[in-house]
Parts: sequence; C-alpha cells; structure tokens
Amino acid sequence: MSEIVHDFTTDIPVWKPYVTPLNLADATPEQLEALKVTPSNTKVSDYVLVLAHDVETLTHRSPLFNGVMYNSGGLSRAEREIGAVGASIVNRCIYCAAVHASRYNQLTKSTDVIAAIFADGTEAEIEARLKAILNFAVKLSKCPPEANAADMAALVEVGLNKEEILDLILSTSLFGWANRLMHTLGEPIRE
Amino acid sequence: MAENEDVIAAIVGIEPGSAIAAVVAGRADIMALTQKTHDSALSPENPGGLSHAERAALAWRMAKINDNKTFEDHFEALLEKAGAPDAAARMADIWFDGGNDIRAKALIRHVDLVAHAPKQATRRDIELLQEAGLADDDIVRLSELVAFVSYQIRVAVGLELMRGLA
Repeated sequence: MSEIVHDFTTDIPVWKPYVTPLNLADATPEQLEALKVTPSNTKVSDYVLVLAHDVETLTHRSPLFNGVMYNSGGLSRAEREIGAVGASIVNRCIYCAAVHASRYNQLTKSTDVIAAIFADGTEAEIEARLKAILNFAVKLSKCPPEANAADMAALVEVGLNKEEILDLILSTSLFGWANRLMHTLGEPIRE
Repeated sequence: MAENEDVIAAIVGIEPGSAIAAVVAGRADIMALTQKTHDSALSPENPGGLSHAERAALAWRMAKINDNKTFEDHFEALLEKAGAPDAAARMADIWFDGGNDIRAKALIRHVDLVAHAPKQATRRDIELLQEAGLADDDIVRLSELVAFVSYQIRVAVGLELMRGLA
C-alpha cells in the first residue's frame, strides 16, 4: 500500500507524476542532450523525464539550477537550502522541502534548525541570521511577494553582504519555480 | 524587446557601472541562463500547443496576479509582438474566465491557481487540463511557463529591494 505524504518531513518520499514521463526510447536527439543521457548514464528520474516534454526550457533549467544551488562563493550551501525550504513551506511542496531540509541537515550535521522550522515556521526559535534568511525567503515566496525594505535591511543587519543576498534571492526564487513544477505535476508517496 | 536583451536588468534598472551591476555580474552565468529560459518559455522555437501570443497573454495575467506593473508592461509588449490575436489577448484580462471556450477556461483556471496558490494544486487540477484536451507535453509547457515567470518576478523583486540598500 502506498499513501500520499501530507506533512513536512526530512524522510524523502517517492515522487509520482500525474502526467506520463517521456519514454526514453522515443526521445529526440535534443531531449537526449538536455537529459545528458549517455551509454554509461541511462538513469534519469521520472521528474526530469516529465520536464523533458518541454525540452527548450529544460536545456537551460538544469545548468541554472545547479549554478544557483552549488556555485562557489557567496552564500553558504546550507543557507541557500534555507531559501529553498522557506519557499517550499509557503508553496507546501512536501517533496522539495524534504530533499532540501535533509540536505541542510547533512551540510550542518544537525537537525535542530529544520525541526524548529517545520514545527513553527517563521516563528521558529533559531539564530538571528537564519531567522532573517528564513523570513525573507518566506515573504518573497508569497504571491504577490511580501518581502519589503525592512526585511532586506534585516539581512544586512545580521551580516549578509550583497553577494550573499543575491544568492538568497536566487535560491528562494528558484524554488518558487521548482515547487510549481514538483507540487503541481505529481505527488509525494510513501511506499 | 530584442531576444538578447536582459529582461531583469531592464526591469530592475541595473545601470552599467552601478554597485548592483557589479554584484549581479558575479552571477552573470545565472542571469544569462535566466534570460535564455525566458525566451524558451515565452517564445520557443517549437511552441507545441501553446502559441507565443497565448504564452505572453498568460504571463501578463500572472504579472497582474503578482501585482507587478513593470512585468505587466513587458508581457504586454511581448503580446503585441506576437500579433495580439483577440482570442489570446482576452486571456490577459483578469476578469475573463474563458467563457464558453473550454480550453481557454482550463488554461486560465490553472494559471491563476498555480501562480497564486500552488499549495492548493492537486491531481484533479491536472485531470481538468487533460479533460479540456491538453496533451501531457502541453501541460508541462504550461507548467514551466507559470513556474518560470513566478521565479523571474521574484528575482526582480529581490533585486529591486537590494538596489534600495544604501
């Protein structure tokens, strides 16, 4: 029996699409290129096979995603994950929240911050720097966005420089994108 | 707007040589990929079942939902560039729900839902698109359009706030 996961968790569920993923045997050369499928690398997730139906955006989306989350300099990788988690909470993308919360826990070797955020959202009792980051991410993720000059000033006050703030804007916004794909095109399942 | 123009730089007003331009230059690769995705989502070479005009009209609608006037102007200009056929242009009207046009109604309903409250989306919302005749590849194209525009608007809003710093 499998069931849909409705509550935030760091135990990563399985993602089941609502639409039919691309059948690799039917892929065009352009799709294979975007999927980075090679004779030695034929494992592609259902999620990416769904996105391959729009190959023109997928071609740019994959390097963009990796750059925003993993490029060097700027905001720490762990703090970028808080931007991702903040967006995923607003949009209630259980799958994205699970992946990026667990990545934060791996990077920081601690579970307290995520546990507090899952329990209390922006009211979580976490250190001031993380609180300002989470608050900005949550407010930017609302529709219309609610982040304001005071939220931006709060980031400076807790010590973020402009390069770090740009990375936070990018990782938070990126999950406004990812959540709208993952949460609307499929569902998180526990098998 | 020219294909190679940077929409975010134009909308935020990032002047060459300014402090914010120097910060953004540190992530020039991301900004260039953002522009390429914009062009792929709004005016793809293979638009499938969603025309350039429909994409621009729906994006304009999203800019309204996000209360963002500069993006409204941008997508309005893209709609005009796509010839602004009546059936597509009407979809930008926030008070229009598609009327008797089953396909337009389904597109509008889905765009409004996912732009504004993606957390409320369920399997049923995808089934409604399928029942209105959308193929799975067009459902993914529509989803990428809504998702990308939501991202781009937030990047610009964040940069505008950063530009406001002393």
